[in-house]
Amino acid sequence: MPSPRVLVVPTGSANLASVLAGLRRVGAIPRPIERPDEILSAEHVVLPGVGSFAAAIEHLKARSFYEPLRERALLGRSLLAICLGMQILCDSSEEDARVGGLGVIPSAVRAYSGTLRVPQMGWNRIAPDSGCRLLRPGFAYFANSYRLERAPAGWSAAFSDHGGKYVAALERDGVLACQFHPELSGAWGVSLLDRWLSGPAIGSR
Amino acid sequence: MLTVRVIPCLDIRDGRVVKGVNFAGLRDAGDPVQCARAYEAQGADEIVFLDVAATPRGRAAGRETIRIVRAALSIPLTVGGGVGSVEDAQRLLEAGADKVAVNTAAVARPRLLAELAARFGRQCIVLAIDAASLSSERWEVLVRSGSERSGRDVVEWAGEGVFQGAGEILLTSFDRDGTRLGYDLALIERIAEVVRVPVIASGGAASAADLIAAVRSGADAVLAASIFHDGELSVATVKHRMAAAGLEMRL
Repeated sequence: MPSPRVLVVPTGSANLASVLAGLRRVGAIPRPIERPDEILSAEHVVLPGVGSFAAAIEHLKARSFYEPLRERALLGRSLLAICLGMQILCDSSEEDARVGGLGVIPSAVRAYSGTLRVPQMGWNRIAPDSGCRLLRPGFAYFANSYRLERAPAGWSAAFSDHGGKYVAALERDGVLACQFHPELSGAWGVSLLDRWLSGPAIGSR
Repeated sequence: MLTVRVIPCLDIRDGRVVKGVNFAGLRDAGDPVQCARAYEAQGADEIVFLDVAATPRGRAAGRETIRIVRAALSIPLTVGGGVGSVEDAQRLLEAGADKVAVNTAAVARPRLLAELAARFGRQCIVLAIDAASLSSERWEVLVRSGSERSGRDVVEWAGEGVFQGAGEILLTSFDRDGTRLGYDLALIERIAEVVRVPVIASGGAASAADLIAAVRSGADAVLAASIFHDGELSVATVKHRMAAAGLEMRL
């Protein structure tokens, strides 16, 4: 079988090296996206991201990646969004109310509140609902201060708990959006990346 | 529920693990890649490399080591030692570190933490504090690998560091480090109380009981070096004992 070609959206994010290493471990050949039109035509696309919500959105707009990324996600074509990448797919984030997200996941991202340790840093238990095709039970590694509280309609979800239930990941057609870092989630994360890459490259929408 | 992390720490110099590491079945216990992989296989939740870039000669070798380890490791890697600027941190992150630990340079110029957090996000920034005990409830920050007193109070510095941008605190008791007398529990309790970010306890661990005590004092994660390197306790054994004591662990 030929190695899957994976294009990574260059968000200037600090976790890029780990994401590339994780993809290589499952046999993929990742490279950064150079032109906006590649986003729609690529077999598989990864939207990594750590850092700030507003800066990431501005960066996508400045490079004209915003629209094709939105379209790809709405079409359900193979897309893996990691951590801030997942939040970027949502309507908005409490982190910065002045900037809108891609609006693919119809939800607002909120900060953890109360006396909790923030950022949530470490391994938490993943409980997928019965509709999940890619997500399985296990432990995943998180490093986040914001999260979705409820799963939107039309998406299959996996949940976790940090001072209350929250959305650990969502999937719909070829789109897999993870609040955790699959590239840092040990053997469980490796097998998730593998299942995502083995899925159909083109969505059904 | 978030599980308690157990974090083996390796001292790296010029691309090699220093301080003896004794693993059964390892051909070369000084190879950082083999050591890190052995710890991952035992169930380590993260790996910390220290002193990677502490010497000018070590910097390039350190980055090459991080690149090779990153390719093989599928759990988080924190790297510290000699990080003095945003550029230093960027080079380590580009090589494959997931978090950078900052110590002396942040004490000299606390704004460095704000600059790092603005550029990389605070979840990437670990503030390493070496604490020397002055009395039962006062500690002073040491810098330059514990060789110099800073005059700063540890409790006050932890608060300031988090305010500036640190996303986690790696809290080492200088008095207990290497002694196997157990962690400084009063220190852990005090810092866990004053900051909201996660606290990693370090310095003095001799047994699973010490790790359990640190967590009960408020630590979110426990770091140890010699108990794992000596091969007397595996990470898996320690984590099972911690789970048996009622702590949430990833097993």
